[in-house]
Amino acid sequence: MSERKEAPSKEFEAKATLKISDIDMRFKNEVKKIPGGERLMICFQCGTCTADCPIARFSESYRPRKILRMAQLGLKDMVLSSEQLWLCAACYTCVDHCPQDVEISSVIRALRNIAVREGYMPPVFKELAAAILETGLAYRIPELRLKRRQEAGLPQLPKADLKSVSKLFNRIGFSKVVEKGGNSNARA
Amino acid sequence: MPELEYLLFLGCAIPYRVLSYEISARKVAEKLGIELVEMPDYNCCGLPLDPASHDVMLTLATRNLCIAEKQGLNIMTLCPGCAGTLRKVNKMLREDRHEREKVNGYLKDVELEFKGTIEVKHLMQVLAEDVGLEKIKETIKKPLTNLSVAEHNGCHVVRPQKHIGFDDPENPKILKSLIEVTGAKCLDYIDETECCGAPVVGVNDKIPLSLARDKLSHMKAVNAQAVITVCPFCHMMFDTNQSRIERMFNETYGMPVLHYPQLLGLAMGFSPEELALKELRVDASKVVSLI
Repeated sequence: MSERKEAPSKEFEAKATLKISDIDMRFKNEVKKIPGGERLMICFQCGTCTADCPIARFSESYRPRKILRMAQLGLKDMVLSSEQLWLCAACYTCVDHCPQDVEISSVIRALRNIAVREGYMPPVFKELAAAILETGLAYRIPELRLKRRQEAGLPQLPKADLKSVSKLFNRIGFSKVVEKGGNSNARA
Repeated sequence: MPELEYLLFLGCAIPYRVLSYEISARKVAEKLGIELVEMPDYNCCGLPLDPASHDVMLTLATRNLCIAEKQGLNIMTLCPGCAGTLRKVNKMLREDRHEREKVNGYLKDVELEFKGTIEVKHLMQVLAEDVGLEKIKETIKKPLTNLSVAEHNGCHVVRPQKHIGFDDPENPKILKSLIEVTGAKCLDYIDETECCGAPVVGVNDKIPLSLARDKLSHMKAVNAQAVITVCPFCHMMFDTNQSRIERMFNETYGMPVLHYPQLLGLAMGFSPEELALKELRVDASKVVSLI
């Protein structure tokens, strides 16, 4: 579990004035190209996602509506480097409740995918990726647990063909991201 | 294929930390005549890496689907995350030619091709849709009539509705009816449909633990004697993390958290040992004493 804690006071480094140089007009198109991000611009900021978000209830700074607004406006660096981007639990309540049928959590996932490409990846994803490459599963199963399986009379765990898994990671270009990643640049 | 034959997709979290779910699920499946074939050569469903790369998620999920297609069997999962992911990807690739061709392009390197010939179901769906409440009822030997429990559904079994199409996420009834068939009473409580917060634990623990604590307090308020889950992650949030929550908020819950198959198994007459109740972090002997 990561040591990093949320720091609401530094939320998005809120600025009184935005400069034109803070804005990337093409950013919205970049988001729309990723499956799930297509309907970003249809969000009309009603805030239903945020009102119904279980994480927002317990966080002083996580507001999905705000993340979508920043993406719409093209505040690329601000949104990609924000720690709040990683707080969506993907419970999909916002997807079911959105009156505009914007897949809010999928837009957030698309933003995360771009953030990872740009070097902002919470370390936990590097750990997960490494475990999948080495074992086929997202967690390394301890010897003790494998022994316990045997004692309980459970069948042995199958072994994934790791060559295939690693070939696929390479083919998608994700192995490079993993090597370079694990970067906790997400602003704390 | 026999009517109730499935490839069992175990995923990662269950073999890692939640063996009691697998042990009890296999017991009740056998009693219900569900034949489980071990899924060979599977990898992680892909969901944990979706935030990092959507294409990696799609490809890992599809590799599993292709393996099942080769076996000619439908998949059953115990984890809602795996079920939701595999179902969604299965549907998406059937409907979206562009995405299908892209993923099949990747999979060509490992000599696989997605055809869309199998279905994926979570245990709860298999029980409700394929086995049916009537047949489950016939296996009940010791109705749990002294027991009042709260349910926690697991988001990915029902959401997003347009991709999953099972039960009503705003007013879920299926887990309730599966609980009531055991003779136990299923209580309503505030914010019942809310997420447990588990997926955020990797980057922040305060928020998900506060969320789980909120749910536990609502369950306690209606005097639930246990919580029933159908997800390894929800189970870890409420069971494994319960003592942490108690310390963090200086409160006492002592709320046993049972996997649904453990509850059903008790009603079928299996012993607590056979259902691995001892492996639960929060002592469940109170529940057993009420049977």
